[in-house]
Amino acid sequence: MSERARLVMFLAGGAGLAALLGWALAGLPAFGAFNGAYALLINHVVVAQRAATDAVTAVNFDYRGLDTFGEEFILFTSVIGLAVLLREQRGEHTGPSAQTSDEHRFQGSSQALRGLTLALIGPIVVLALYLDSHGALTPGGGFQGGVVGAAALLMVFLGGGYMMMRRVSPHGMVELAEASGAAGYGLVGLGGLVFAGVFFKNFLGGGTPGQLVSAGTIPFSSMAVGLEVTGAFVLLWTEFLDQALMVSGE
Amino acid sequence: MSVLAYGTAAWLMLVGLYGIVTSRNLIHMVICVSVVQSSTYVLILSVGYRVNASAPIFADIPPGSRAVDPIVQALTLTDVVVEATVVALLLALAVQAHKRFGTLDPSELTPLRG
Amino acid sequence: MKAIQIGLFVLLALGGLGVVLVRDPLRQALMVGVYGLLLALLFFVIGAPDVALSQIVVSTVAVPVMILVTLAKVRSQEAGDREGEDPGSRGSGG
Repeated sequence: MSERARLVMFLAGGAGLAALLGWALAGLPAFGAFNGAYALLINHVVVAQRAATDAVTAVNFDYRGLDTFGEEFILFTSVIGLAVLLREQRGEHTGPSAQTSDEHRFQGSSQALRGLTLALIGPIVVLALYLDSHGALTPGGGFQGGVVGAAALLMVFLGGGYMMMRRVSPHGMVELAEASGAAGYGLVGLGGLVFAGVFFKNFLGGGTPGQLVSAGTIPFSSMAVGLEVTGAFVLLWTEFLDQALMVSGE
Repeated sequence: MSVLAYGTAAWLMLVGLYGIVTSRNLIHMVICVSVVQSSTYVLILSVGYRVNASAPIFADIPPGSRAVDPIVQALTLTDVVVEATVVALLLALAVQAHKRFGTLDPSELTPLRG
Repeated sequence: MKAIQIGLFVLLALGGLGVVLVRDPLRQALMVGVYGLLLALLFFVIGAPDVALSQIVVSTVAVPVMILVTLAKVRSQEAGDREGEDPGSRGSGG
């Protein structure tokens, strides 16, 4: 189809879609006037019922735990799909061509920049662990903490080069972290089934709201998901970097 | 204000679709897909917003205080992270297409060349 | 508060348009970072700090890195293709 015909098609279709969207959105409650029954209910009972002070994390890992389980496996399968796609190409070379990537440095990055990057790793790891473990108390949780944790390993790459990143996060370990995070979250769900008769029921006592060990299974779910997300992001970055840095030096 | 909030969401969706339709580069197209996806976040979170309400964190405000909807936030929050891995998968497909066809232009990806 | 929200909605609409209209993926990687930052700020002012946190890391670190590495890979493939056709023109890879 020619570019022009395609554009005309889009303008017609887009105008139709815009009209339908306008019609649909006009029926929504006004911005700021929403009064969803579930939202009101959860905001009232979440602290008393689950001892979690962050309602969002409580919904995520407890009230909606099964949904998050499914969502987590979208993440898991898309990383597996990516690894399969990229590794199929990598069959063309055997050992990693270590010299080229070991000497790979960002041209133009100064010693000061590299030093700063390396100095940031510690604080980023602490932030990631904090977000993972305090998800039930303050904004944060496994999903955010997981990405932050993966960013710490990216800093190793930026500051120390690719081979150093591979040394601190070998493929096997990263895969193990991702898989055991996914399995760990499933086990929390199974625990609900075994100890309380319902999959993903919060089977541990709530404890005192605001304390680190509170909100029952939520911190455990959060940390398992954090491990999985860290593993997933590190894995997909290393797969891409393998492609970009190693095959080219073949 | 409603018009602006919901209008922005609809606008982002349409703009992203325009980018997908007119794209001449698969990487550009993947990024446009992520713009379309982000329009849903804007819409869902705008629906759950309540005026003069705090975030649904009851660490230092009493439970039951007027707060925005936590459920829509839980829906969006997981999707933001999951979407990033889906973008990665799409980029991997773009790399694969480039490997097979030697081009990133979607209009040159014809089955005859495979 | 309301003025900030209005400003951010407008900036976001412009930012989305910018991301789409920039046709060079390398510049787009930077635009995605800016756009993601605007999204995160908007989420923050409409009472969604949890979502803002994940948006900020994903779109300022995770996605731009993936785009840059994809571009590096594609360019090295192109360099490899050229070397295949004309063995004399080595160099300028990666």
